[in-house]
Amino acid sequence: MEHLINIFVKSIFIDNMVFAYFLGMCSYLAVSKTVKTSVGLGIAVIFVMAITVPVNYLMNKYLLLPGALSWLDPEFASLDLSFLSFIMFIAVIASMVQLVEMVVEKTSPALYNSLGIFLPLIAVNCAILGGSLFMQEREYETLAEATVFGLGSGVGWFLAIVGIAAIRERLKYSDIPKPLRGLGIAFILTGLMGIAFMTFMGIKL
Amino acid sequence: MSEVKEKESWFSPKNIKLLTDPIDSKNPITVLVLGICSALAVTVKLKPAIVMAISVTVVTAFSNLIISLIRNSIPNRIRIIVQLVVIAALVIIVDQILKAYVYDVSKQLSVFVGLIITNCIIMGRLEAFALGNKPWPSFLDGIGNGLGYGLILVVVAFFRELLGSGTLFGYRVVPVEWYIKNGGFYENNGMMILPPMALITVGIIIWIQRSRNRKLIEE
Repeated sequence: MEHLINIFVKSIFIDNMVFAYFLGMCSYLAVSKTVKTSVGLGIAVIFVMAITVPVNYLMNKYLLLPGALSWLDPEFASLDLSFLSFIMFIAVIASMVQLVEMVVEKTSPALYNSLGIFLPLIAVNCAILGGSLFMQEREYETLAEATVFGLGSGVGWFLAIVGIAAIRERLKYSDIPKPLRGLGIAFILTGLMGIAFMTFMGIKL
Repeated sequence: MSEVKEKESWFSPKNIKLLTDPIDSKNPITVLVLGICSALAVTVKLKPAIVMAISVTVVTAFSNLIISLIRNSIPNRIRIIVQLVVIAALVIIVDQILKAYVYDVSKQLSVFVGLIITNCIIMGRLEAFALGNKPWPSFLDGIGNGLGYGLILVVVAFFRELLGSGTLFGYRVVPVEWYIKNGGFYENNGMMILPPMALITVGIIIWIQRSRNRKLIEE
């Protein structure tokens, strides 16, 4: 249990998707103009992350890794399909996003209305694919670890986008040099937030 | 059937413009804000940055070309998934080539090669350009955007490697005798190696570019 909490905290604060790996920057910069929309997108990312990372974990374990197909037939034990992982992961993500969209639409129209426009955008959000690729690279051992990692990364991304949106809302009142307005200052602010997040480095539970 | 319209030459001024525009005034990173995701993490050293820039250029150019060739037979509703499959296939090829020939760089780039798939530059150019243009201009557009992206990457990596490690391409630029531990006056700026400084460097590049070209200023 302690181990899982450690992965969770680590993926939120220390290995934050935005500040440590610059993932999902496109939608992070494009949608962070108001807090309200960024909360919507952030929740959608947590949602999709927490689903796709474990699904891709299973895909990786039972389809792609060397010898993973041996449950089908002992003959396949020498097969290594890991070079297909990119195409597999992106297909899983695209179809999962579609599936989530349909389920949410049926079960909770209110949630669908607030997430609706963001869900299709998420299929090409690098943070989602990045989550699955990091899961593969770091070789998490159990399904629980992969799930917790996916959830934590999503929460980290949520924190980052809500934080920058709140700052950008206040920026309206400050006198920034003209060429730096908009994109330039958003980059520098993200950098400063990243420095703040670096203080979490080295924390171990 | 005779060709009525005179054939446009391969390197007409219009086509050259496709190649040069994305390098400055339509730069994918600093102006269009595309493809930052997989860009900045690879800029600690020059070598991975250049390998990354070449990989992205190749993938953008060829996916533009392929999509442009089959643009009339893609049903509109499933075009995103078709594009993703084309991109993913190209990225797998690039990844395998990198693993075979420059294994150490491939290790340093780790997941960021795979993340070229979701690089918004590629999707953005496919949607905005390749779906509505002939193969050759699309190919040039892809190369131009790849170069514009590569330029920013290389500039950021140049400053980060020079100030952060005192080397360029792994060769020592700042003499060893200059360092404080050898009785000199110089010390590397360890800050430059950390991720946040990549963002701040790009912010400063945007600042410089926009003060030179005032048309780009946002209100």
